[in-house]
Amino acid sequence: MARQIRLHQIAHARAGDKGNTSNVSVWVYDPADYPLVKAQLTAERVRLAFPNLIRGDVQRYALDHLHGLNFVMGEALEGGVNTSLNLDSHGKSWSYLLLGLMLEVPDN
Amino acid sequence: MRIGCGAGFSSDRLQPAIDLATEGALDAIIFECVGERTLAFGHRDRLADPQRGYNPQLGARLRGVLPATHTNRTTIITNMGVANVPAAAEVARGVARDLGLNGLTIAAVTGDDVSDTITPDTVLYDFGGRTIADVGLPLVGANVYLGADAILPALDEEAHVVITGRVADPALVLAPLRHRYGWAGDDWDHLARGTVAGHLLECGMQITGGYFADPGYKDVPDLAHCGFPLAEVGPDGTTTITKLERAGGRVDLRTVKEQLLYEVHDPTAYLTPDVTADFSTVTLTDNGPDRVRVAAAQGRVRPDQLKVTVGFDGGHLGEAGISYAGPNAVARAALARAILQERVQVDTGRLRIDLIGVDALHASASAAAGRDLTELAQPDDEANAAVRDVRVRCALRSTDRDEVGAMLWEVESLLCCGPAGGGGYRGQITPCVVTHSALIDRDAVRPEVALHRS
Repeated sequence: MARQIRLHQIAHARAGDKGNTSNVSVWVYDPADYPLVKAQLTAERVRLAFPNLIRGDVQRYALDHLHGLNFVMGEALEGGVNTSLNLDSHGKSWSYLLLGLMLEVPDN
Repeated sequence: MRIGCGAGFSSDRLQPAIDLATEGALDAIIFECVGERTLAFGHRDRLADPQRGYNPQLGARLRGVLPATHTNRTTIITNMGVANVPAAAEVARGVARDLGLNGLTIAAVTGDDVSDTITPDTVLYDFGGRTIADVGLPLVGANVYLGADAILPALDEEAHVVITGRVADPALVLAPLRHRYGWAGDDWDHLARGTVAGHLLECGMQITGGYFADPGYKDVPDLAHCGFPLAEVGPDGTTTITKLERAGGRVDLRTVKEQLLYEVHDPTAYLTPDVTADFSTVTLTDNGPDRVRVAAAQGRVRPDQLKVTVGFDGGHLGEAGISYAGPNAVARAALARAILQERVQVDTGRLRIDLIGVDALHASASAAAGRDLTELAQPDDEANAAVRDVRVRCALRSTDRDEVGAMLWEVESLLCCGPAGGGGYRGQITPCVVTHSALIDRDAVRPEVALHRS
């Protein structure tokens, strides 16, 4: 039986905005966790996790030597900083949306 | 060369900038104060009063740092001119004179305002290929991102203070590096490395521990007195990011990594007016306490077209709130929301009502967005019982200010006409801008530098 772990336990992240596009970079604390995160935290996983928020495509860029993934989420800011009705119109807190996702850790 | 950053956004703190200017032994200090939102508001301010439209903190910032930068021979480079660079240069001259600093050269870099170059037929690439005319809102201004080459002539004139409007943020740092090290305009690898240094500095404390602390996971020492960053950049562009030793905050691999990709999309192609920079080759090395060495960025030819931000008058944003606390607070707040949905009748998409403390910032994100709160709002529900207070927030956007005012009135009326124990009503109406992006040919842009002396 695989164990579940919240991404926040093993990684940190930062959100940025440009127009109606949000990007969240995700970095593991321990390089040993990078393969697990890279395998499970796919662009498709992120897109499917927040279908009501992310209206466009999700692109993922991997910086393997720095153990980080960059998610670029189109049409994901409810219009962008100047038009969103969200209290967080920049999507500054989107980093913690991703960090709230659960990953499966194999027993071995 | 030692370059500091004294502001990473329009409302950034001042005292740490004075500390850095005083103690950082800096060759240059940048203040980056323009965003999509602040630029549009700059235009609005200028249209309302031809003497305004620059950063409102410009005078206070210069009064704070000019004595130190004058003593230390540090060049100030800032985009605090926002939408009115000439007026900002006048303010700088006045501050210098007030401080008894006569003979300073203040350079005003203009040419970013392309309101007269664009047309109703200009295509907005972030608006489904539709045009400016298709937006159907009054235009307030259009600014192109200038590059380091627009700033260089001011540095060649040995300006003490360089004030720009919209420039690519990293260009504020790349320009003094090009000036010092003589990097040519097609020396792509060096331009990319200077751009990385600028990109890492331009958000101020976001690389020294700001926008970072997560207690128990990512702790930051003395965040209350966090210092602004400084970069030591060598002739080959290799950079060490650090801060004043006595300042709070931290610089480590984690803060630098997070900032390296901040607002970056494809790391292999970070586009600026100066270069196409490849951040994917960057190496980061822990180089002692609060020191990270950044090297090996690569560059390719710069884009032929430049990005233009086009701002439109978007009417008004109204926000109003009322709070419920104690037993059954969630149920009473949910009732208030249901009442507001009945009383404030507007077409969908312009009105939003959140329950802050239950589900607000991330309410749209979960697949359950818009879920019925009935279950959570039951008096005996555990989650309801665990919530000590809830704020109902109602937000409405409209070109009709009266419609927004009517919404505020409805929220305030909940004090007497809503659920029990509602308190703490606050409401405000703020002007709203809408921005879109276009591209124009580099050849259509003509940067200029005007010199003023105090």
